[in-house]
Amino acid sequence: MADLKEQVLTTSGVNPLKCMRCGKCSGTCPSYDSMEYHPHQFVYMVEKGDIETLMKSESIYKCLSCFACIERCPRSVEPAKLVEAVRLTVIRQQGQNHLKPHQIPAMLDEELPQQAIVSAFRKYSK
Amino acid sequence: MRRIGVFVCHCGTNIAGTVDVKAVAETLGKEPAVVFSTDYPYMCSEAGQNIIKEAIKEHKLEGVVVCSCSPRMHEATFRKTVQAAGLNPYLLEVANIREQCSWIHKDKTEGTAKAIVLGRAAIAKVQLNTPLIAGESPVVKRALVIGGGIAGIQTALDIADAGYEVDIVEKQPTIGGKMTQIDKTFPTLDCSSCILTPKMVDCAQNEKITIYSYSEVEAVTGFVGNFSVKIRRKARYVDETKCTGCGVCTEKCPVKNVPNEYNLGMDNRHAAYIPFAQAIPNVAVIDAAHCNKFKTGKCGLCQKLCSAGAINYEQEDTIIEEKYGAIVAATGYNPISVDKYDEFAYSQSKDVVTSLEFERILKADGPTEGHLQRMSDGKQPKTIVFIQCVGSRDTSGCGKEYCSKICCMYTAKHAMYCREKYPDTEVYVFYIDVRTPGKNYDEFYRRAVEQYGVHYIKGMVGKVSPKADGTLHVQASDLISNEQLHISADMVVLAAAIEPDKSARPLATMLTASMDTNDFFTEAHAKLRPVESPTAGVFLSGVCQGPKDIPETVAQAGAAASKVIGLLAKNKLSCNPCVSQSNEAMCNGCSTCANVCPYGAITYEDKDFSRRKDGSMIRRVAVVNEAVCQGCGACTVACPSGAMDLKGFSTSQIMAEVDAICK
Amino acid sequence: MQINNEFKPKIVAFCCNWCSYAGADLAGTNRANYPADVKIIRVPCSCRVNPMFILRAFQRGADGVILCGCHPGDCHYTTGNYYARRRMTMLFSMLSYLGIEKERTRVEWVSAAEGAKFAATMNEFVETITNLGENKRLEDLRCKK
Repeated sequence: MADLKEQVLTTSGVNPLKCMRCGKCSGTCPSYDSMEYHPHQFVYMVEKGDIETLMKSESIYKCLSCFACIERCPRSVEPAKLVEAVRLTVIRQQGQNHLKPHQIPAMLDEELPQQAIVSAFRKYSK
Repeated sequence: MRRIGVFVCHCGTNIAGTVDVKAVAETLGKEPAVVFSTDYPYMCSEAGQNIIKEAIKEHKLEGVVVCSCSPRMHEATFRKTVQAAGLNPYLLEVANIREQCSWIHKDKTEGTAKAIVLGRAAIAKVQLNTPLIAGESPVVKRALVIGGGIAGIQTALDIADAGYEVDIVEKQPTIGGKMTQIDKTFPTLDCSSCILTPKMVDCAQNEKITIYSYSEVEAVTGFVGNFSVKIRRKARYVDETKCTGCGVCTEKCPVKNVPNEYNLGMDNRHAAYIPFAQAIPNVAVIDAAHCNKFKTGKCGLCQKLCSAGAINYEQEDTIIEEKYGAIVAATGYNPISVDKYDEFAYSQSKDVVTSLEFERILKADGPTEGHLQRMSDGKQPKTIVFIQCVGSRDTSGCGKEYCSKICCMYTAKHAMYCREKYPDTEVYVFYIDVRTPGKNYDEFYRRAVEQYGVHYIKGMVGKVSPKADGTLHVQASDLISNEQLHISADMVVLAAAIEPDKSARPLATMLTASMDTNDFFTEAHAKLRPVESPTAGVFLSGVCQGPKDIPETVAQAGAAASKVIGLLAKNKLSCNPCVSQSNEAMCNGCSTCANVCPYGAITYEDKDFSRRKDGSMIRRVAVVNEAVCQGCGACTVACPSGAMDLKGFSTSQIMAEVDAICK
Repeated sequence: MQINNEFKPKIVAFCCNWCSYAGADLAGTNRANYPADVKIIRVPCSCRVNPMFILRAFQRGADGVILCGCHPGDCHYTTGNYYARRRMTMLFSMLSYLGIEKERTRVEWVSAAEGAKFAATMNEFVETITNLGENKRLEDLRCKK
């Protein structure tokens, strides 16, 4: 468990101890209602080392990576990076890519915004 | 060789724990010059000091070395001790075997060995100490208070009460500061103006106090007891001695669209104006940047109408120069600009206001004449959201790292006020922590919750978005119920962090007073000397030293005043005798020392060295003004002929220490 | 902790009274350890340190000399540390001409609040000097008896 926490902290580069528990991240989160664990809980749970619960939760895929929480955090904690790091941990454990470039249907390319594709790769691939 | 006594302190176990004090005393006792050596658990105690006194008399000591804590701690104590025993106080040296030895080393052998070396260095130095007598400099019995807010006013009143002359320099046209803009004061809810304006009047009527309003400090020279300050009196284009404050010019002035500073730009004033009704001095000012007479040359209406003949467009800035014994910085604060926090939509909606603006809205002489109204449409708000810590405790770079201290309390006050006067209003306060240390403060906050039904929600607002119907959509987190809240508010109030006034930094440079990274003045000691700057003769009052509320500011203002009075009560100040000294036999008058001296303490005079045999010989030699010299020693190193030396830290003394350490 | 027979350097630290000496005191108050090889000499300001003192220390067998003063801009005497910085730059280039490794001398700015920095600086300096070994280059044999 400690290893997982270490891994999340290393990949994210976040120090959750900087958090002063103001909850601005959750106040600002656009996908708050669809998340089981909210941004401020992420920070707290990573600090406690409760990574496995987070890995099992759907919440990590509900994060839009909009970075509003990073932008507005008064202590520069960067919760979205933690979410990202937990996602990466899951992917690494599975040892496979969820999404490969050739899986994207050719016809989607035209309409899909570039940003969404980049974001999808960031979320669902290694 | 002098007869030296060595006294080794145990400091309980602080030193004795890692230094074998007995061994140190014994080893140092065998040094050639040492005739007496002992150890004692607490050398600084009365009994310890008596040991030193008795030893000086009994063994006819000519120099004393105390191996104890840092000289910054007890050098002064032991100097008094040796003086009491009839020895010159500067024939004492302290070897720092606590902070720089026992506390940093764990190994007793190492610690003991180091303590012996430090003791030897002190013995070597004290051999060469010379008896010094502190010089004296006169004290100008007049104080300067920079800033005319409640801090400056209270300090000035207290100093004047003790019978000393005080000048207040205030950059605004009136004294009073932020407190004039505040409606009510926590936790008693008495009216701010009602308690402040009598004090302002007292200042104006006190014959010991001179108010330089609309003035700024331009330059400061000199030193404690003898500062010389240049004050720029900005042209107000109104003769202060003639103006009666009747207000005709301010009413008739045709320029009506100048943002009113007193109401934080929420309404307009005329180009000729008196900031507010109770202004002290009650004298009009003409704002040259907006006045038609100055802009186009056509108008002059105020001059025609002024029955006192006080208007003078030709007036220019004047500079006055005064001498002061002490200077008090009371430069105060300002709320930070909240424009950076665009998630709170401050610049997008008039109904998002800062707390100080809200204060103006609540106050009877504010833009809404005290009626709780939205600034956009004048409607009474039904739902108000207060957001705490806007820019406080913020390390992201937008705000300030510190807690602004006053926001929790004034927000509770605002919330309570809204619920009391307009019971149909829903009031939400989003907080991170509610910090209410202070007498009757927590009770006050609890009253807001329990008695007035203010909704305190632990969490932070993430976003405020103005909607087409004029409401403000507030999205926030409630950390305790773990849900995201969406509130449709009519008004949002931001508790903006406070920061030191922008004038503080340049002032600190003029005063050579130190500041912290947030531009608050640093105190000489965080706990024991909280109202003094490390620069002698400079004192601190109010928020310029750190965030504080009115009661604390008044307390500190009084404390600063008492320190000033203590200084001004002295006729003479004894100077640091460890100052530079020029050996005229060696000086060749090259001026190198005068060029490096930061205080201008060195002058030159022609001295007659004629002897009968050699005929006339007049040489130019350096002379140090002992009252001005602060003893930095820059000149001693610069002197090419080795004529300059620093008393107490002479070249030979330091060399002796070097030798003893490297032995 | 070093073993007894290992090389113990002699290090002289000049500290200005207002910042660095107070910083050294703070290191003590915080119990921040650094080797006992460092011995501090208190001077009113870093500008009081005559280059001669440093030469003298090397003559008498010091292995390293460090000068600590207030941060630039924070000098109690306004400009003292600027003088010190300039003088030491001159001295150090002369010392390297004389064959003294430039690592043996150093100027550091330590404020009264930087107890931890003081200890860290000293630890690092002692380690550097220990690695360099004994300094024989300027030692005056007449001083050794």
